Amino acid sequence: MMKRAACFEILARHIGDAALVATYSSAVDWVDIAPRALNYLSIGAMGLDSSHGLGLALGRPDQRVVVLQGDGSLLMNLGSLVTIAAAAPKNLVHLVAQNDTYEANGSQPIPHPNIDFAGIARSSGYAASYDFSDLRIFEQQVAHVLEQQGPVFATLHVEPTKPLKYDYPSLYDPQKRATFKAAWNS
Amino acid sequence: MDARIESVGTSSAELHGASIIAALKASGIEYVLAVPDIVTSSGLLAPIARDNEFKLIRVCKEDECIGIASGLSYADKRALILIQYTGLLDSLNAVRGIAVEYKQPICMMVGLLGHDPEKTPRASPRYGVRIIEPILDDMGIAHHLVSVDADVAKIAPAIERAYRYSEPVALLIGRRPQAS
Repeated sequence: MMKRAACFEILARHIGDAALVATYSSAVDWVDIAPRALNYLSIGAMGLDSSHGLGLALGRPDQRVVVLQGDGSLLMNLGSLVTIAAAAPKNLVHLVAQNDTYEANGSQPIPHPNIDFAGIARSSGYAASYDFSDLRIFEQQVAHVLEQQGPVFATLHVEPTKPLKYDYPSLYDPQKRATFKAAWNS
Repeated sequence: MDARIESVGTSSAELHGASIIAALKASGIEYVLAVPDIVTSSGLLAPIARDNEFKLIRVCKEDECIGIASGLSYADKRALILIQYTGLLDSLNAVRGIAVEYKQPICMMVGLLGHDPEKTPRASPRYGVRIIEPILDDMGIAHHLVSVDADVAKIAPAIERAYRYSEPVALLIGRRPQAS
């Protein structure tokens, strides 16, 4: 089991000029570690992180897109795994931080723990699928995960964290959307 | 809002999918994001699927389309969401958050299953259809009824406005389009 922030610190060293889609707890942790113009945080409805990521990836096939989704969020949009696999964007990397918890909604448990998201992604048709629960192995393989032909899926098995401060007005600031668009098209 | 009576009450009225498709191409639509709807299945979705000028993304659930269209818009790629009114109802939270609150250019073409095209949607025999325009009005979303070929002229200006002002629009398909 890994700490989410530790995973993201490693990811931040490899993210380069990829768009990074995140929401809720993943977004809070990520922007603390890597505030950048190419962070896409305005998801609008829980679960749609992966769908926004697909749209970004289709719109700019010359750019990498990384989605950082929570397990509760993916459960609200499991069908997106099939949609993404069918659309087959080579530039999309889909990471799910699995802690079996709806952290942003009172740390309630998800309906059933230990779901094999990587297995579901694999059977849905993703080009590659991984499970990481050891930080050293994640650090060794993250560059390959990010660089290979997608769509790529990886589950990051992480510990629940203490309650975070969710500054939604800042996360969803319209100026951040404008900044993202300018950076995405530069 | 534009759901005028003039497009109903003509029993010989027809609506052709080819005309709608021509309007979509004139509007710069590159992506079509769809869940099959029996109203538009044979007259629109089937010919769109065969048309290499469109990139068709078949999704599992309608709210995915809202996120995908939003992501595409950041690269100035235009998308049409082709769904049934039931899918619109199921997607209202995504429409609320992304299309309305974030002011994103989300263009929805919505089949009114069970509607009598001789009536206005508000007078539809189908409860689910009757509530569509009031919901869109309450959400401040522009909508246009497309029930006969003359209504197709509304499509391109509506899509152009949605992208120019970054706002949502709903094009309500009031009868089954013929394929050609």
